[in-house]
Amino acid sequence: MLTPSYVAQQVINALNIGSIYALVAIGLTVVYGILRLINFAHGDMMTVGAYVALAALTALAMPAVAALLIAMLVVSALGIVIERLAYRPLRGAPEVAMLITSLAISSLIQNGATMTLTAQPRPVRLPAELTQRISALGLSFAVMDVIIIALAIALMVALTLFVQRTTLGIAMRACSENVRVTQLMGIDVNRVIAVAFAISAGLAAAAGVLWTGKFGIVDPFTGFLPGLKAFVAAVIGGIGNIPGAMLGGYLLGFAEVFFVAFMPPEVSGYRDAFVFVLLLIVLLVRPSGLLGAREVNRA
Amino acid sequence: MKRLVPLIPIAVVMGLAGLAQSALNDYYQRILAVIAINVILAVSLNLTNGYSGDFSLGHAAFMAIGAYTSAILTLPVRMKAVVLPDLPPWLGQVELPFAVAVVIGSGLAALVAFIVGIPVLRLRGHYLAVATLGLMVIVQVIALNWQPFTRGARGINGLPPFTTLLWAYGWMLVTIAVIWRIVHSSFGRAMMAVREDELAAACRGVPIFRTRLLAFVCGALFASIAGALWAHLITAITPSSFSFLITFNVVAMVVIGGSGSITGSVIGAVLMTLLPELLRRFETALAIGGQPLYGLSQIVVALMMLGVMLFRPQGLMGRRELPEVLAAMGIGVPTRPSRVEAAGEKTAQAQTPG
Repeated sequence: MLTPSYVAQQVINALNIGSIYALVAIGLTVVYGILRLINFAHGDMMTVGAYVALAALTALAMPAVAALLIAMLVVSALGIVIERLAYRPLRGAPEVAMLITSLAISSLIQNGATMTLTAQPRPVRLPAELTQRISALGLSFAVMDVIIIALAIALMVALTLFVQRTTLGIAMRACSENVRVTQLMGIDVNRVIAVAFAISAGLAAAAGVLWTGKFGIVDPFTGFLPGLKAFVAAVIGGIGNIPGAMLGGYLLGFAEVFFVAFMPPEVSGYRDAFVFVLLLIVLLVRPSGLLGAREVNRA
Repeated sequence: MKRLVPLIPIAVVMGLAGLAQSALNDYYQRILAVIAINVILAVSLNLTNGYSGDFSLGHAAFMAIGAYTSAILTLPVRMKAVVLPDLPPWLGQVELPFAVAVVIGSGLAALVAFIVGIPVLRLRGHYLAVATLGLMVIVQVIALNWQPFTRGARGINGLPPFTTLLWAYGWMLVTIAVIWRIVHSSFGRAMMAVREDELAAACRGVPIFRTRLLAFVCGALFASIAGALWAHLITAITPSSFSFLITFNVVAMVVIGGSGSITGSVIGAVLMTLLPELLRRFETALAIGGQPLYGLSQIVVALMMLGVMLFRPQGLMGRRELPEVLAAMGIGVPTRPSRVEAAGEKTAQAQTPG
């Protein structure tokens, strides 16, 4: 059973899931870093992205790349709109205020999708060139698997360059250090936060497209659980820390896939429970995560 | 005499519940029972979310613990042999009265809250939100996989319909009374102090961690009672009965009613039970092109929550309670002056001799 090719297969699987968790976790961590907001609607951005891409693929018969880009753009815009309407008016309010509105937004998206598109899961039929299987080195994997990993890494590199090199990226990091001081430095904080939300939502949309590409269906609740798990990934890596979110995403992907692959089958049903037990353990042992700085209580 | 005043509303509520139980049809009785259960849920969630300032999303988990415990303990032995044949004999042979099962379930929920609370409450409040949501997922997954005890996804059905209106409203009054006493005790004031300013509270000698943990445990205890009542009202439970939807709706009740007001939670619970129930009729009635608008009632709940957060963040009642509102309107019993004010009066009297 534990043949090298089986193990390699699971590694590919873990890299896939991990890449997606990493993309989602980055979005959560970027927003959390600036606003201290746990955005419960983040996972639902994945869902919206997947639906938009599905519509572009089937109704508009676009090529897959265009569908992905459209989904990212639309959802980024949606992220900006939601920030403007539901989060900006509450800036400076107690921390849980935005958390509550994000819950409401999440419910709005889920039920809005249920109402307009029905709760019926929709099959996603990918173009044939994405589903065809490649055999190399005694392994067999779908083109989609490679694309997921490559695209996720490309997006992460792009984000890292953006955050490290551009003025806006530096402003974003400054905001997550201290919003008020950044404002005093003459930075338009509202713009920075809007950009952070756009990036966060756009990455979630990409993750949503990849997720449905991998699993083949989308329904109004597709993104909710991965969104929560991405939070676990962000906490494992140290929330607020972008490389931490990437690391946490891959660690969680490996932990989850290996749990199912190498534990006895009667235990594998407990996969989701295992993820959150992991969260409790991390919170207990190392609350600031692997790469995170100890959070200062700003009174 | 004055001590007896709180007994009047209790007698009235129980009298009405008894009357409704004999006069109304099943549909209205069920809605009334659901209202009582939701009041229990909202008032108990308010302990953490409103008073101690830790935002918990784990209420459905504790409900599930109460529901499954009570279901397993009260199911008649001969039905258990059919429905849950793989239970260990010591559980398979018991058949406890409803009240005992409810108490055992709430003890179990409190224990789980205690064990989970220790790692989770070491962090700042809003980590609690995700961690408790995670707890909900864990409990759901266990209910889904622990076949001998829970029958997995099929759930347990054919539960004895113990939840009469008298039981529901009886437990509701117990919940309100206990939590009212907690909130108006020194422990309650400690919770609010922690909520307002943790550092200042710590400096005044309030044991921060213990206070937050105790609030969390108390909330879980009552959530479990509500879960047991729910199980024996619907008479069938599955893991998906205790999903995020329930938690979300209870949070909406607390937020809309006013976090930090027991009266607000009661109002929120009544409102957010009746409104979706009414709207649910529209979902099928307003069908566009033959397609029912499922989800509409939840959308309205979410929009109301959003509206309240944006335009009246303190909720309908803010932090006021019914006696204060009545007193402000000039009706009814003036509230008992708080200990601080009473002490102030005494010193004032002492200073003005004669």
